[in-house]
Amino acid sequence: MAKMPVSITVNGQRYEREVDPRLLLSDFIRHEIGLTGTHVGCENGACGVCAVLINGKTGLSCLAFAVQCDGDEIETIESLGTPSDLHPIQEAFWENHGLQCGFCTPAMVLTAHELLSRNASPSRAEIIEAIGGNLCRCTGYQTIVDSIEQAAEQMRAGKEEAA
Amino acid sequence: MKPSAFEYVRATSVDDAISALSQHGDEARLLAGGQSLIAMMNTRLAEPKVLVDIGRLSDLSYIRVDGDALSIGALTTHNTVLQSAEVAAHCPLVSAAYANVAHHTVRNRGTLGGNLCHNDPASEMPLVASLLDAELVLRGSGGERRVAAEDFFVDTFHTAAHADEILTEIRFARQGAGEGWAFEVVSQLKGDYAIVAAGCRFAMVDGVCRGVRLGFVGAGPAIKRVAAAETALEGQPVNGATIAAVAEAAVGAVDPHADMHADVQYKLDLVQALSERVLKQAASRAV
Ligand SMILES: Cc1cc2nc3c(=O)[nH]c(=O)nc-3n(C[C@H](O)[C@H](O)[C@H](O)COP(=O)(O)OP(=O)(O)OC[C@H]3O[C@@H](n4cnc5c(N)ncnc54)[C@H](O)[C@@H]3O)c2cc1C
Ligand code: FES
Ligand code: FES
Repeated sequence: MAKMPVSITVNGQRYEREVDPRLLLSDFIRHEIGLTGTHVGCENGACGVCAVLINGKTGLSCLAFAVQCDGDEIETIESLGTPSDLHPIQEAFWENHGLQCGFCTPAMVLTAHELLSRNASPSRAEIIEAIGGNLCRCTGYQTIVDSIEQAAEQMRAGKEEAA
Repeated sequence: MKPSAFEYVRATSVDDAISALSQHGDEARLLAGGQSLIAMMNTRLAEPKVLVDIGRLSDLSYIRVDGDALSIGALTTHNTVLQSAEVAAHCPLVSAAYANVAHHTVRNRGTLGGNLCHNDPASEMPLVASLLDAELVLRGSGGERRVAAEDFFVDTFHTAAHADEILTEIRFARQGAGEGWAFEVVSQLKGDYAIVAAGCRFAMVDGVCRGVRLGFVGAGPAIKRVAAAETALEGQPVNGATIAAVAEAAVGAVDPHADMHADVQYKLDLVQALSERVLKQAASRAV
């Protein structure tokens, strides 16, 4: 099939490429742009590790074609913090043992990021609901929920300080 | 790349999509939220030659009260429906059932129309559409027609929509003030497909149930409303004896199949238990 032109903004930078219509957004991010923080597990929607933000909302990048996202704004884990200057959510995951192998972590952090941007004080139940589609084979989830609770607290405190 | 190759067409209007469908016939499939279709394409259970993307048709995303109906545009996302105060006020059964449809991230992209057209036998909303006497508005090259939910859901992954038709709107009957209703799901994890789910609604008139609607998900490939169970409650009060009679009628009428989650007997036990649960809950809500 003929390739199609797409223009997709990832982490604030515009990428113009010619792609096969069947190229998944996950493969566009990993193979075309070379950002490997977005992980891929099941590639059929079941594990949640490939979640990115599509126009500000989480979406599974294995259940979207790059051509579908022409004109969209994508954010991946690389948009949040750096190793020397972690985002408060990343900091909280680190402090609370919210990760072990780290395979599920990018999607967990981005899902938490979306949740906290629409709800600054989520309950534990709301956190569990938000990450319901994200599997973690290591932590047993409790420390992930702890991490997100603490991140929410710290981000609220940070906002008050800034005000 | 996992899916097989296809040609991609982004529709700019409903008419545009219909003409693409008419042109390509059986080779073409509509793409809405992609949360079922792309998963099937990644495993090559579906290999469309042409994908007609209707995902950007934002004029098919709306929720409005329209006389006795609550009309929802087919492209309205799951999360938009779930979070809508209007839906909760006029069709609380829809909101309650929707709380169990998939996980947050999937709900950001999946659409009501895509869900109904996919017609997975383990899906909640086809049952809800049947319980709420929904009408499905279809548009194709032959014009517009309305199909009752009872006639729309033909069989597993199969609906009455023709290959060149688009579902544009779902018209749920608004629930009456004070009616009894309930929806209960058993799944392995909240947001996963139902193993068995049950829903019901009725009006309580002079202490007895009228207009009873009662049905199940996961109780048989094409089973939604169960007439024998509805008849057992029609004109009766809700009490221990009628609840037992309804549950017995339901268990006798359903035809669940074993799968990796549960065997037949377990599903029959769930039909029994959920019948009791929804009737009690609905009765406690009815005034
Ligand atoms: C992890 C996971 C868990 C899930 N859990 C559940 C669950 O518990 N319950 C549940 O019900 N669903 C569940 N789903 C499925 C989800 O609800 C899908 O969003 C839905 O089934 C399909 O909607 P869509 O908009 O993504 O449609 P698509 O995947 O784009 O399309 C599905 C089918 O409908 C057709 N179609 C789409 N829109 C139209 C239209 N307007 N007119 C005519 N045909 C159309 C397509 O051609 C295709 O055949 C789950 C999905 C995932 C990935
Ligand atoms: S890789 Fe996308 S959900 Fe598993
Ligand atoms: S930390 Fe290993 S899968 Fe979550």
